[in-house]
Amino acid sequence: MERLERRLGLLSALPIGILLLLSFVMPLLLVAGFAAMPQKVFELAHLPDFSSFAVIWEQGYYKSLLRSLGLAFLTTVILFLVSWPLAYGMAKVFGRFTLVITILVVLILFVSENIRLFGWSLSLMKGGLLEGYLRAWFGFSFETPLYDWPVIVFGMCYVYFPFMLFPLAQGISLVPDDARLAASDLGASPARILFEIEMPLAAPGIMVGCLLTFVLSAGAVAEAKLLGGRSVIVLTDDVESAFTFGQNWPLGSALSLTLIVIVALLALVPISRIDLDAIMGRKR
Amino acid sequence: MAAKPFVQIENVTKRFGRFTALDRINLDISEGEFLTIVGPSGSGKSTLIRLLVGIDDVTEGTISLNGTRIDTMPANKRPTCMVFQSLALFPHMTVGQNIEFPLKLRGVAPADRRTRAIELLALLRLPESYYGKRISQCSGGERQRVALARALAFDPQIIVFDEPLSALDYRLRKTLEKELKDLHARTGKTFVYITHSLEEAMVMSDRIAIMRSGRFEQIATAEEIYSRPISRFVASFMGEVNLFPVIGRADGTPDWPAGAISARPGALAVAPGWTGVLMARPELVRFLDAGQAADFTLSGTLTAEYALGSRIQYSVDTAAGLVTVERPFETRLTAPVGTPVTLGWDRAAVHLIAEAADGTA
Repeated sequence: MERLERRLGLLSALPIGILLLLSFVMPLLLVAGFAAMPQKVFELAHLPDFSSFAVIWEQGYYKSLLRSLGLAFLTTVILFLVSWPLAYGMAKVFGRFTLVITILVVLILFVSENIRLFGWSLSLMKGGLLEGYLRAWFGFSFETPLYDWPVIVFGMCYVYFPFMLFPLAQGISLVPDDARLAASDLGASPARILFEIEMPLAAPGIMVGCLLTFVLSAGAVAEAKLLGGRSVIVLTDDVESAFTFGQNWPLGSALSLTLIVIVALLALVPISRIDLDAIMGRKR
Repeated sequence: MAAKPFVQIENVTKRFGRFTALDRINLDISEGEFLTIVGPSGSGKSTLIRLLVGIDDVTEGTISLNGTRIDTMPANKRPTCMVFQSLALFPHMTVGQNIEFPLKLRGVAPADRRTRAIELLALLRLPESYYGKRISQCSGGERQRVALARALAFDPQIIVFDEPLSALDYRLRKTLEKELKDLHARTGKTFVYITHSLEEAMVMSDRIAIMRSGRFEQIATAEEIYSRPISRFVASFMGEVNLFPVIGRADGTPDWPAGAISARPGALAVAPGWTGVLMARPELVRFLDAGQAADFTLSGTLTAEYALGSRIQYSVDTAAGLVTVERPFETRLTAPVGTPVTLGWDRAAVHLIAEAADGTA
């Protein structure tokens, strides 16, 4: 019986397994292969050569890598702080009103990310929706916040908000009410309850939310392009130019691979420590 | 009982919206007492202890401890501690960390915390090796003990129990009831325990408070509640009792509206117009052989027998309704079901409960 179940499990995982192999593992292997090729070649039939990684170091590409990671980290921290109270409310306080919030947040996702970011760009630009009207009506003018790193962080926070909010709410709903009451009964202040009971028990949700936002932000393209207007060069810009204008696939691959490895290492630590089953609602 | 009450609950009312869960409750608890509050679900017993530990706020009235009001104190400042029905152990901590939690909050040094936790493990008969165990590795009974150890580590003035044994199987429950009583004796703490099982209450408590629809029906010792219940509700709460409605005739003799019971003349005097019920406990009702006499006799037909382990119970269909008789298993009747029998019991075995004519106490 158990063997049959195992075989059925294997069979049902087969289609997605093949799809993942073709669409995920193969490109990854290609990228890894090109990363080890000499500069500016277009085929894999060369002796391995790690000159691309030397170029990353010598020509300062690592700066954009650090910038990307820094912006992603900042986005994750801000989103966590902003989302926690709302997620807490959704999980424990609002009751039926939670559904309304969920629908509102999901509705936003129905409009393409690029269109929404263009909207912000039009609203915030000099002479745009906001500044233009303010100037026309009140004679009040301000410099556009566009084309700088804070607006990129703002854009990423805006776009990746649901990816933090929902896992957090799910995580917080795992905290039993009695555990909170018992901690208070044993003399814990609200702050101690937050740090010693609620956050550790909501950890699976916190980790999933933070990982999603961090990984997505580190690889984000559109925010820097549309809101930052290429005034802030992030890693994805460098990857794109290496593959297009630069015609240097090995450099682009090496840059991508570096980001992939760093993000994967950062992700592995928390994933190995959390109980994914808990967040997926399976019984422990 | 101590002259000055340790805990004084005065005129406490709790309303949830328009629903009154507790209606002007008064209760004094003495220091070191084991008080059990018994009542059916929805009687307000859980509400009362939640007010006591500060999970909910009182609507009206005051709660004092040693003369100091505590009802206005936040839960985390009160010297009370609750053992939850769910136990509310922290699953992300080990057994040791759970027990040490209240000590850690107080800033006790790690070495001292550990010493105390191990003392408490010993007090609750858990091996020292459990210190580093995960909560998920502990059985139901062990978790129970960990929850108790954690409450004792807090060193509260009162420990409150919210039916912590209700999820356990019968045998384990019986063991833990005795352990709890024993622990109460050894620690000398004031225990307030709530349960819906009067049987459980009788095993452990110094005093029992029976609750019904947000008010106390009777507060007394187990013996008193058992033999002299104040109302039909209290009497029937602890399982099978035989209740026969009685009305006092003009000449002072009893009248039996449910069906005639023969009472020896002078055995029972009731005031004219008195209304109530006569209670006869199943174990005090006997089967009478021919020629044997009793203060009260009633004949009927044996309709069923139920073996209860060490005891055996009989149902007898009589003119006054179904009567339950209980006796030790060794004295099992030879007569089969369907045999006509005569039941008898004495004046000393009965208790009279006065009631208003409409049946309410």
